[in-house]
Amino acid sequence: MSFKFDLFNILIGNENDKDYKNKPVIIQGITGSFGSTHTKLMKGYGTNIVAGVTPGKGGHTFEDIPVFNTVAEAVKDNPVEISGIFVPAPFFLNAAKEAIDNGIKLLVAIPEHVPIIDSIKVLEYAKKRGAKMIGPNTPGIIVPEIMKVGIMPAKPFTKGSTVVFSRSGTLMYEVSYTLSNAGYGQRFCLGIGGDPINGTNLIEAFELIKERNDVESIVVVGEIGGDAEEKLAEYIISTNFSKPVVAYVAGRAAPKEKKMGHAGAIVYGDYGSADSKVSNYSKANVPVAKSPSEVPELLKSKLKK
Amino acid sequence: MKLLEYQGKEIFKDYGIKVPNSYLAKNIEEAKKGAEIIGFPFVLKSQLTVGGRGKAGAILKCKNEKELEEKFEELINKEVKGEKPKTILLEEMADIKREFYLSFFLNRTKRCYSIIASSQGGIEIESVDNKIIIDLPDVDMISSELAAEVADKMNLTTTEKTTFIDFIQKLSKLIYEKEAELAEINPLALLDGGKFVALDAKVIIDDNALFRHDDIKKYEELSELESQANNNGFSFVELDGNMAIIGNGAGLVMSTLDMVSDAGGKAGAFLDFGGRATTESIYQALKVISKVNKIRAILVNLFGGIVRTDLVAQAILNAYNDGTIKVPVFARITGAESEKARELLNNSKAKLFNTVEEAISAAVQYQ
Repeated sequence: MSFKFDLFNILIGNENDKDYKNKPVIIQGITGSFGSTHTKLMKGYGTNIVAGVTPGKGGHTFEDIPVFNTVAEAVKDNPVEISGIFVPAPFFLNAAKEAIDNGIKLLVAIPEHVPIIDSIKVLEYAKKRGAKMIGPNTPGIIVPEIMKVGIMPAKPFTKGSTVVFSRSGTLMYEVSYTLSNAGYGQRFCLGIGGDPINGTNLIEAFELIKERNDVESIVVVGEIGGDAEEKLAEYIISTNFSKPVVAYVAGRAAPKEKKMGHAGAIVYGDYGSADSKVSNYSKANVPVAKSPSEVPELLKSKLKK
Repeated sequence: MKLLEYQGKEIFKDYGIKVPNSYLAKNIEEAKKGAEIIGFPFVLKSQLTVGGRGKAGAILKCKNEKELEEKFEELINKEVKGEKPKTILLEEMADIKREFYLSFFLNRTKRCYSIIASSQGGIEIESVDNKIIIDLPDVDMISSELAAEVADKMNLTTTEKTTFIDFIQKLSKLIYEKEAELAEINPLALLDGGKFVALDAKVIIDDNALFRHDDIKKYEELSELESQANNNGFSFVELDGNMAIIGNGAGLVMSTLDMVSDAGGKAGAFLDFGGRATTESIYQALKVISKVNKIRAILVNLFGGIVRTDLVAQAILNAYNDGTIKVPVFARITGAESEKARELLNNSKAKLFNTVEEAISAAVQYQ
């Protein structure tokens, strides 16, 4: 990466900031059925949603949050660096560019079914302007007991020092829930997204936390398709990554050449297969759980070492 | 969406990419008509999306009418890797001087498009050592300079090189405009007259972009089940076994599939109804499943929180009450309103479990 991106600083800030743990967030697509449902839930969780954007709905309010026609108007008085994007997939490209043009540094891209070319375009656009995209097709990001930008339920997550990176939404909840029940709270959890192209891939996600003292261990929830896990294993080996890592890979029993729900979850030959991922992880000394409920045990034994 | 060879070639033609003369036939009558137009000898090519057609004997040369009758019959009934053709392409034979490989593909790792070219065509690219791979700098037609860089490695004369560069540029234009994940030509033939012709076409279009490509969407052929699932926003995959697995989230359903397989069960259907499910859409999911005759048990794995679990329970109950489903449902439901969900299903054929392991074990035992 050509610039240093401090995710935590953007999400939480520093203790000296007057908006520490209260960073302003805007929601694009706030009046849609999905956007409005989750705006309410995010606000209830403690996220400081300062404005919403829906073209044509400017001047209204939703849950006491002012709604604007454009991002420019929404951030005019107070700069905002985080946007949760809930617009339908066909509108994602323009919404994302508009956000970046108006100073948004972190785009949390919720929509599923974004055309791949649009994702690549946003990625290029963001890179040139020092912004970062999480997703698309991500459940979002949650800092337990502080804030969340996304569609995850609150219940599975508790605060702690493990980090969960997941290519799947519900599995992120499932695995975090088993971790929470076993006493392993999370510093934060981030959904990589289920698409073939991810704004923040696993290696970049690792880069975000490798130097953080408040992160003790990492759980990576992966699935078949692509080679993100294989590349991550190479990265763990080549950088001599020191924090304990435990993984889970979904899709061992899935047939080849079939898209298993996620656009990115497809195996061609050996490329993208669970076997390939598991064997690469084992080279990197990363234990792989057979089921979500096995994750805490593996983490426990990894932390003992 | 994987296009058939003839569909890919139709798009090629729209972009000025040369392909051999051909005729598409559904039955022997049409094939005979095609034979008159193309003239013997020609090649019969089974229109399948699976790879390795040549090796599987799904591409045959045809010299005369007698052969046409025999071989057409053979091909139209021949299943390759579980797929049976609906059409056979009759294609003129080319006077090939040399064969090349050319493809543009979505490079997931590098998050860009890449081009692969080789002066060895006609064989699987994985087994070719002599190939060049270049990542493309942006989502736009490849520059003539970059295309020239590729052409330089192909060992061509100056005139051939100019044609090849033009060919590469046309293909790159196609891939961006049609939003393909892959456009592969193998082999790409250089003919005696110096022309380049695409002898095969393997094109995969981004499913998520189909909404803005009606010209390609028209090729989509979904089974009744698939289209019913699609219309409801579900992901549905039919599998070999007889247990249906339903859940909210692709990863969760895949994970359940793995655990069922570990427990000795065999899944017959994968259905992810996504995070926005309502009573109606879950009911529709059960309706889709009810049409898969082999299903003997339904395993529901739900992580609540987004979907209200009592809505799911109500849907299951409705499906029993009106006779849509008769087989037992083994459900693991946690999350919002799960107590209410339990109460609703108390007197039905559905059994509720606290953990997915318990639900799976009961479902596998039942099977």
